[in-house]
Amino acid sequence: MEIPYTVKPRPDTGLWNAKIGIWLFLASEVMLFGGLFSGYVFMRLGAAPGHWPMGLLNVPVGTMNTVILIASSVLVVFAWAALKMRNFARYRLYMLLTVICGFVFLGVKVGFEWPAKFHHFGAYIKTESLSKYEEYLGNQHLASKGLGPRVEITGILENHDALNNVEITEYRVQLDAVNADPSSPANDHPHFIPRPISDKVAIIAKEDVQFASMFVPRHSTYFASYYLITGLHGLHVLGGLFVFIYFLLPVSKRLYEKDPEHLANRVEVAGLFWHFVDLVWIFVFPIFYLL
Amino acid sequence: MSDTPNAPESPTPHGGGSHGPGAHEAHGHEAEHFHNHSGLYLGVGGILMVGTALTVYLAYVDFGSHELNITAGLLLATIKAILVALIFMHLKSERKSIYQILFVTMAFVIALFGLSLLGFFDHIRF
Repeated sequence: MEIPYTVKPRPDTGLWNAKIGIWLFLASEVMLFGGLFSGYVFMRLGAAPGHWPMGLLNVPVGTMNTVILIASSVLVVFAWAALKMRNFARYRLYMLLTVICGFVFLGVKVGFEWPAKFHHFGAYIKTESLSKYEEYLGNQHLASKGLGPRVEITGILENHDALNNVEITEYRVQLDAVNADPSSPANDHPHFIPRPISDKVAIIAKEDVQFASMFVPRHSTYFASYYLITGLHGLHVLGGLFVFIYFLLPVSKRLYEKDPEHLANRVEVAGLFWHFVDLVWIFVFPIFYLL
Repeated sequence: MSDTPNAPESPTPHGGGSHGPGAHEAHGHEAEHFHNHSGLYLGVGGILMVGTALTVYLAYVDFGSHELNITAGLLLATIKAILVALIFMHLKSERKSIYQILFVTMAFVIALFGLSLLGFFDHIRF
């Protein structure tokens, strides 16, 4: 059976059907991400002082991924324009480059950024014990400058067993630069280039710790929302890649030979989805990496 | 128009040879139309890249209060998002039915954010 209005506009809507379809889908996507973003705002506004971490993500890598995603958005419009100009060879090239960009983005995210977090450790200190760890927290210095308090000590956990073994009473942490020298003005604000980990090791008694874990979703509302939103965004990238790979298969070449405008419309609709995924990232990047 | 290099020799979208010349001319026009837009797409891509660099830069500028950094960052992100929607997603010239769908969507999104902010600023007190 022939699918109606794949190319010709439907008289009542004035549009070919897939165009209406994708926009209705994107409207529901706006609500999906809107719900998550409004949840993020709610949790961030409600976070206790010092409990919304800053500068834990790798900003240069995030910036690079942003650039890759923007480039792929331009490439997918070019692929569509090439089809409109009936240049199939160029279309394939742009589509292939788009797919490569998508895989690089996902590879960086899942292969590098997330695992780096899984190997990072943080311990929130109980309010009454904060002064015991002043040499790692620098709260007197921060208060004198009118800055918010620091309540977490982060770094590489040396005795990994401590996480699950109740008989171990302390965490041995190779400190991040910020906790190694917390009263230095250089550590008042996060840096664009992540500062290398120090060789200083802190012993933190478990009885002084309110909560400790690796940088996994349960670590904090920050990481829970980070993994949820970037994970859902990553799944969208993956979904877009499946569709783009389909557009590179011989079946799409056959469609082009039968009706090039039909393939151009398919690419346009998938492109709209891809731009939306780019648009979501434009907000994800500043709210998790920068601000 | 007929000398457009990318004009197709063989497969025309719909139609056989009966209205060949007409289709060819229409198509030649289309090809030039899209050629012109490629520059625009590239330009917008460039603006988005510069905007990204600016977003990163402004995040590290000390405005005196972190709230101002957040405002600047979100403002830039909104401008970038509008550019993507208008140019890449062709919303600057789209059919009315699409605008109707998006109008309703935006109304619901604003209500959604409004409700969660209302929930935050109006705590239940015992």
